[in-house]
Amino acid sequence: MTKAHIQASRTPAEIVEMPASARVVPISQGRKPMVEISKLYKSYGPIEVLKGCDLVVERGEVVVICGPSGSGKSTLIKCVNGLERFDRGALAVDGVAVGDRASDMTSLRARIGMVFQHFELYPHLTVLQNICLAQVHVLKRSKVEAQAKARALLARVGLPDKEGAYPAQLSGGQQQRVAIARALAMDPVAMLFDEPTSALDPEMIGEVLAVMLELARDGMTMIVVTHEMGFARKAADRVVFMDKGAIVETASTQQFFDEPRAERAKLFLSRILSQ
Amino acid sequence: MNYSWNWSILIQPPYLGWLASGLELTLVISISAWILALIAGTLVGVVGTLPHRIPRMLAATYVDMFRNIPLLLQLFLWFFVVPELLPSRWGFWLKRDLPFPELWTSMLALGLFTSARVAVQVGSGITAVSSGQRMAAVASGMSPAQTYRLVLLPQAFRIVLPPLTSDFLTVFKNSALALTIGVFELTAQSRQIESFTFQGFEAFTAATIVYLVIALLVTFFMRTLERRVALPDTMGAAS
Repeated sequence: MTKAHIQASRTPAEIVEMPASARVVPISQGRKPMVEISKLYKSYGPIEVLKGCDLVVERGEVVVICGPSGSGKSTLIKCVNGLERFDRGALAVDGVAVGDRASDMTSLRARIGMVFQHFELYPHLTVLQNICLAQVHVLKRSKVEAQAKARALLARVGLPDKEGAYPAQLSGGQQQRVAIARALAMDPVAMLFDEPTSALDPEMIGEVLAVMLELARDGMTMIVVTHEMGFARKAADRVVFMDKGAIVETASTQQFFDEPRAERAKLFLSRILSQ
Repeated sequence: MNYSWNWSILIQPPYLGWLASGLELTLVISISAWILALIAGTLVGVVGTLPHRIPRMLAATYVDMFRNIPLLLQLFLWFFVVPELLPSRWGFWLKRDLPFPELWTSMLALGLFTSARVAVQVGSGITAVSSGQRMAAVASGMSPAQTYRLVLLPQAFRIVLPPLTSDFLTVFKNSALALTIGVFELTAQSRQIESFTFQGFEAFTAATIVYLVIALLVTFFMRTLERRVALPDTMGAAS
């Protein structure tokens, strides 16, 4: 109730004042952006992994974050749902301040789906149980309701016959599709993907990207850390390029591929596209 | 050696009854101590893996205390010293009104001693589950308690089931120490038979065989449990 109240109390004037670059997608319809990151800093001991990152993701927008390894992409995305803490700066998701002690992080996390590089399905549960676990215990859905939802999603990701299988009995691509179904079962307002295809054999990458592409077309808000430039070209509204803990370029997808401005991004693109 | 064997002593009254009541006490003490050890040990093991430093230190202190003091000394401390340290009303109740104080004390002492070992096993089992599992659970909105109950502990227990078996076996063997505070469990009863009949070889052989059978049964039970909770492995990898 309080959250809705806070959202409603934002005046349209405040939203109009936001930088134009942050409002490339018209879906926001006067509501607050889904994710607002400003001046985010984080260090592991003496090593600074995030150096003042700014990023606004509108509702319904698909943003791809790319960049060399160690550039802070995964850390940034994990800050969004509070899996990683940050030292300074502000981060709000769906109007909820992340990192604020007063925020209900548990219910916020339940509304943000996350897909991991190594799938992280629960190995002691079947596919169906994996998809039902948080629905039943976090959202308090009935078992019947949760299972119906799980089966519908399994059909959607193309695995209707795998509900009784254990994760170890599935291929990597199948496991990642189950992981996507598990995240979607919570009816998330946004989805975070942390290198979802990096641990997959080349021939399995396509099946996972196909599911993600369909999700993007359905209007899901997505932040995707990936090196799959083909996916970025097809699905992303914007591409964010990170290097050494800083966001060095934020551009619309077309602009990023056709005329990247940052030198580091040009170099990265020329290397990755020549492969 | 001039020894007149008399195995029939073991099935004569009252000696058979003595062995039976000794076995009963051994089972009662050991199984209650094991249940206490599993509950307390799991709690302490979980606390030892929490992200905050203070609970972790408390868990480490608990383990150090109960694991490093000899079990025999712990029995004596609980039985002779603790009642004197308590407020006098409680001390009187323990010494005078509580029925079978030696039985309760041996369950408690053996249970807490074993719980330190269980805590270490459970703690290392939780640590062995990949950190990504905890992340996935937390990311889906689970509370810390749900993360442990639904995701971490079911996997941790599967990992540490084999070492837990040996702790379970040790409980039965350690329960013999209860005779030092006057519990007439299996070992005490076989000693008593020896001193009544001078047939020590027969009496101690009987006790040995009973301990052996218990150990084999426990091992069988734990192996069955391991098989029942085992996960299908990667052998059936999908097409």
